[in-house]
Amino acid sequence: MRLITATGLTLQQAGKTVLRDVDMHIDQGEIVTLVGPNGSGKSTLIKGLIGAIAPLKGTVDKVRGLRIGYVPQSLHMDGLLPLTVSRFLCLPDRHDAEAMHRALTEAGVPDLAKAQMRTLSGGQFQRVMLARALLMSPDLLILDEATQGLDQPGAADFYRKIEHVRRHLNCAVLMVSHDLHVVMAASDRVLCLNGHVCCEGTPEVVQDAPEYRALFGTGAQGAFALYRHDHDHDHHHHHDNDHTHDHA
Amino acid sequence: MITITTMTMTTHMTMLDDFMVRAGLAGIGTALAAAPLGCFVVWRRMAYFGDATAHAALLGVALSLAFQGPIMLGVLAAALVMAMMVQGLSGRGLAEDTLLGVLAHAALAIGLVAVSFISGARVDLMGYLFGDILAVTVFDLGLIWAGAAAVIALLVWRWQRLLTATLNPDLAQASGISSRAEQLVLTVALALTVAVAIKSVGALLIGALLIIPPAAARPLARTPEAMALITAGIGSVSALAGLGASFQFDTPTGPTIVCVAAAVFCLTALASRLRPINPR
Repeated sequence: MRLITATGLTLQQAGKTVLRDVDMHIDQGEIVTLVGPNGSGKSTLIKGLIGAIAPLKGTVDKVRGLRIGYVPQSLHMDGLLPLTVSRFLCLPDRHDAEAMHRALTEAGVPDLAKAQMRTLSGGQFQRVMLARALLMSPDLLILDEATQGLDQPGAADFYRKIEHVRRHLNCAVLMVSHDLHVVMAASDRVLCLNGHVCCEGTPEVVQDAPEYRALFGTGAQGAFALYRHDHDHDHHHHHDNDHTHDHA
Repeated sequence: MITITTMTMTTHMTMLDDFMVRAGLAGIGTALAAAPLGCFVVWRRMAYFGDATAHAALLGVALSLAFQGPIMLGVLAAALVMAMMVQGLSGRGLAEDTLLGVLAHAALAIGLVAVSFISGARVDLMGYLFGDILAVTVFDLGLIWAGAAAVIALLVWRWQRLLTATLNPDLAQASGISSRAEQLVLTVALALTVAVAIKSVGALLIGALLIIPPAAARPLARTPEAMALITAGIGSVSALAGLGASFQFDTPTGPTIVCVAAAVFCLTALASRLRPINPR
């Protein structure tokens, strides 16, 4: 079943067109990964899909009653709002203590219910975010660089959790990550973004695609992506961006 | 039965005849309305927004005097227009704090000028700037409590959504909650609170009543709900203690209430340093 479909989606952020003419869809139960260099529009696409950014052109169609569990890239928690983990899990929908304990256990942090949100470490925080997303019994789980701040083993463990959750809930997963090799291995489909959809397909297909290699280099399935890109590469598309990226 | 009812009615009326009782009830009503809203003002860093809206109250006073309508209605209208204007202008290039600073001070200045134009007769300007809680009538009291009830009902109704939107707009959006709609709820609540508070603390000190009690409550609370309740307690105690102190020492009431709240803030800040209930 098709959960969400974007057609001809053009998105702007802060008055700048970040993504053009994106066609994509996510089916029930599949894991789709977005890859692309910094500033290529990965987070913007996610915001467009959840409805946080209104499209300049194109449409986003969601299946009726679609429940989205969203884990944002970062969540600033300052000391002003007092919030325990269990209270956080009950936003916006309340859950009973047993369900919360189950979700926290599933996410790998069973003992944190009474902790204050802002005292959590990076890894604990992401797991609590995952627990919150799980409590919504989502049809679609969206993870925007959810392993940020986790070390390699921590990230690998996190992805195993996601895989387990996917099988358990039979939900679709859309994720963004920089850990290319880990993420791509776990994905059914990969979308390579660079202001538009460069290429897409199974991880194997994308890895061999010239567009992907142009962006990430041929050795990118190894360690972290080096973001070496050639600017003279040829895309089969027509627009007038000048493919300049941040070489950080 | 009828006799009893009449008797309670009579004591009731005589009780409300006492200006100190009316002032106390007005203070508590204002504190209760300001408590949950003040928490959101603190959580969302809307302090300047509160000030700008409160300062527009003076323009509302001028309006009411011009059309000889009830003060609170004019204040409500002016505060609502101002809050909407701030919300509409924000995020359009100019730094938010600069924009709010311009609007807050401009509203105050224009309000002062407008009142001076309108008042052919003498107007107690100090009363509108710093409140005149001792002059609260039974009619005012009814308006204050009705306004406070409306603010509290509105915030309780939207509580979960407001908290989610406060946490993160995208997180809210993913659950189908529009952060703009929730912002509008807070805007309406703010305008109502300003109208409620104009009599008791006045246009200049409404901001203080919104910020200081929640700031004082913060170190004592572990959840948002606890913070709102503790804020209500601190606000009410400050109102009553400030009223008593101003009677005792013959000081202006509104500022005295704010002084008491500030003193409570110092105490809880100090206490949380000595014995951290909720370590930072």
